[in-house]
Amino acid sequence: MIITHHLDEATLMSFAAGSLPAALAAVAAAHTAMCARCRREVAMLEGVGEALVSELAPAPLERAELPARLPAASHQARRREPGDSDVPWPVARLVAGGLDAVRWRWLGPGVWDRPLALAGAGKLRLLKVAPGRNVPEHGHGGAEITLVLRGSFRDGTGRYHRGDVADLDETVAHQPIAEAGDDCICLVASEQPEQWRGLMARQWLRLRRL
Amino acid sequence: MVGHSITTWAGGRPSAGAVRGVMADLLRRVAETADVAAFRELYQAYGPRVKAYMMRQGADAATAEDLAQETLLTVWRRAALYTQEKGSAATWIFAIARNLRIDRLRREVPWQELPREHEEAADELPADEVLSGKERQARVRAALAELPSEQHEVVVLSYIEGLSHGAIAARLGLPLGTVKSRMRIAYQKIRAALEDLQ
Repeated sequence: MIITHHLDEATLMSFAAGSLPAALAAVAAAHTAMCARCRREVAMLEGVGEALVSELAPAPLERAELPARLPAASHQARRREPGDSDVPWPVARLVAGGLDAVRWRWLGPGVWDRPLALAGAGKLRLLKVAPGRNVPEHGHGGAEITLVLRGSFRDGTGRYHRGDVADLDETVAHQPIAEAGDDCICLVASEQPEQWRGLMARQWLRLRRL
Repeated sequence: MVGHSITTWAGGRPSAGAVRGVMADLLRRVAETADVAAFRELYQAYGPRVKAYMMRQGADAATAEDLAQETLLTVWRRAALYTQEKGSAATWIFAIARNLRIDRLRREVPWQELPREHEEAADELPADEVLSGKERQARVRAALAELPSEQHEVVVLSYIEGLSHGAIAARLGLPLGTVKSRMRIAYQKIRAALEDLQ
């Protein structure tokens, strides 16, 4: 797996700071699990957090002494839940049974989705697009991050394969088209509902309401 | 922001580098021999900073104190997973505090694993980065201190106040794009300061 599209630097910094809205953070974590380069960047950025916390004026503790009983130390590294091979481990429990067990919701010709339940800000969903089909052009009311889990797509900003992320902000309108081969399945987080443009998009929205 | 990192540790004014060396040593003693005296020092040095962090994130003093205590007790429980060669002790404590804050103050899932929490991630850092952990943190501090205030401000609002890009834009009355570009420039400067250590 060769990853060529990474998280935006402002996204990475907010992610390491713990300030990225929840849905975006879920996709950032999923990408980071697949991408050694972004893992190294996050480690560097956690160092920035340490430096900033160490500059804070200390707030004295009311209970300055240690608790009388300390908890038992754990010497065992946790084992990750073995996820479906297609689903990165941070989001594995949101996609129980893996991508082949997803109950898709039909949205329009060649386009399906499945919203994923999530506490916190933003929307998270899986999106499936048949080869050669496009998702109607849409701009974003806020940030959107799309991670390819299977298949591939292209849009005006490039070609995206498994592990790649399209990390686009509100200024970008785009029209992804799934490439030949497998259905393209992506994990998509958006800060705001998409703003769909044009006639086809309006038809698509009507379909969606049915 | 120049030159005032860790000035009041343990009542004295040791250099930041000395403090970090002491921190790593304390954590090593906790990890290797469950040394309660070493942990007490770590607790009393770091607890007040983590409490300050939690208060800046919006916790009241009592909650912040509880979260600071829980952060440090997590350090105690998990210290055996820490190895001195794998980077800054305090960076590890930051990641624990951050995840706890997301979990408790936001009631969201902290999506990020803690460094070295999982077996598979344990041996990931290349050797040259391992050796230069302290040097890296010194350079991060220097780069932060040199940021223009407008860039430093967005970084602090993100890390210390826990604000999203949109919330920072609203707080400062700036376009979202300006917030993100200031953050990217700050990132690139910190990155550049570490370049020859990569």
